Amino acid sequence: MSGLSGKAAIVGIGATEFSKESGRSELQLSVEAVRAAVADAGLATSDIDGLTTFTMDTSSEIAVARELGLPELRFFSRINYGGGAACATVQQAAMAVATGVADVVVCYRGFNERSESRFGQVSIAAATQVNTNGLDNAWTYPMGLGTPAATVAMQARRYMHEYGATSEDFGRVAVADRRHAATNPNAFFHGKPITLEDHQASRMIVDPLHLLDCCQESDGAVALVVTSAERARDLAQPPAHVVAAAQGSGRDQFVMTSYYRDDIGIPEMGVVGRELWRQSGLTPDEMPMAVLYDHFTPYVLMQLEELGFCGRGEAPDFVKDGAIEIGGRLPLNTHGGQLGEAYIHGMNGIAEGVRQVRGTSVNQVDDAHHVLVTAGTGVPTSGLVLSR
Amino acid sequence: MAIRPMINRDSRFFWEGTQVGELRIQTCNACGAKRFPPGPACQECDAYDRGHQVAVGTGTVFSYVVHRHPPVPGKELPIVIALIDLDEGVRMVGEVADVADDEIEIGMRLRVDFTKVDDELTLPVWRRV
Repeated sequence: MSGLSGKAAIVGIGATEFSKESGRSELQLSVEAVRAAVADAGLATSDIDGLTTFTMDTSSEIAVARELGLPELRFFSRINYGGGAACATVQQAAMAVATGVADVVVCYRGFNERSESRFGQVSIAAATQVNTNGLDNAWTYPMGLGTPAATVAMQARRYMHEYGATSEDFGRVAVADRRHAATNPNAFFHGKPITLEDHQASRMIVDPLHLLDCCQESDGAVALVVTSAERARDLAQPPAHVVAAAQGSGRDQFVMTSYYRDDIGIPEMGVVGRELWRQSGLTPDEMPMAVLYDHFTPYVLMQLEELGFCGRGEAPDFVKDGAIEIGGRLPLNTHGGQLGEAYIHGMNGIAEGVRQVRGTSVNQVDDAHHVLVTAGTGVPTSGLVLSR
Repeated sequence: MAIRPMINRDSRFFWEGTQVGELRIQTCNACGAKRFPPGPACQECDAYDRGHQVAVGTGTVFSYVVHRHPPVPGKELPIVIALIDLDEGVRMVGEVADVADDEIEIGMRLRVDFTKVDDELTLPVWRRV
């Protein structure tokens, strides 16, 4: 058990609706989600003294604070590397409240990622940013490799070659997500399950990835309220204690294009996993379920391996026979994931982890005392273990 | 219009090389380590003293994709893009020309060629050996 384990808890969750066109600004979405999360916790916005988000978020902490009418902030921070930031925003908040730097920190992420800035398109801005990330992208974008799907497809093809994985193996992740979304009224794909045949028949985006291997593009916002475990005892909701919170970056790490190390894959998630198990004193066998970041299905399989749920190359067998669906051995993404519920850069997955620990998920897993949640894959990333 | 690479003083030698038909790999003048992508500090011996060698220009497909959607500026779809293990022992991403999307495979041997985009930019492209 580490010094951080159990010191902080997520006590409030809030979100806007998840849509393809929100009709309002990204700042307004974030402010709405923060207000909803604070109300859920039984707190007032005036209790907030810290805010944290992604470097990619277009709404600064001070802009959110202005709209909320906050008089002062004592803590504000941002995490880099796209969706890899998700769980690390909670780590930042947990460290702040555990050390007394702040009392109530809200993590937020809001965007019009479908109606304004679509991440699935080739981003000239990503290729021309004046920093080392832009320089790194010089080795891929000019060669035509310029979408997230394409960067993942390169890893997926190699994974298929090395371990005999098939497109159907990837498709089982999509089928599980969409089954869970089908019973989630807040999911964009509520009432719309798919079959493996649907997955196989969907058009190719970047071989070997079909359309249904790729997450949605979504508009929306999610916010999470973090405070000390001590203060959490007196609030409106059962706390989801942060028993582990880790970041991870691997050797010769790049953003989405860590192609130059001998064994490509996602060892950065192994860094996160080992640290989560060390901090929490728990093991993969003790997880009744997990929320694994699913912007693209192949990385869900590779995460199962890096996190220790199965050995290298064994995930295709692990996910067979409904093992990752509700009622299976390790249900994943019970809210429907980013393929089924919405793509809110992993923050909606953390909210689902909180609901499971509270016992209020629409696809509740029995005895969800502990829930593992991960952030973006293919990038420097992060993870959490939440417990009752 | 094609996406142009961001270039700084650590990577300029590479792009100057493509303009004269050379595929340049960074080498460490202290320990000889080869490196791609390039960077200012040797990962093997920490030296900042670096030069380059010209690759023979052949390699083997380590992985590949066929990009079909969405549009890519300056490219006609589909594009075959490979991750290529150069014979010198470094790996790089490259567009593969003249190999059909159902012919490309891991292990295929490729050789480098160069496509002039304009007076300031020449891109490496790869063709079947």
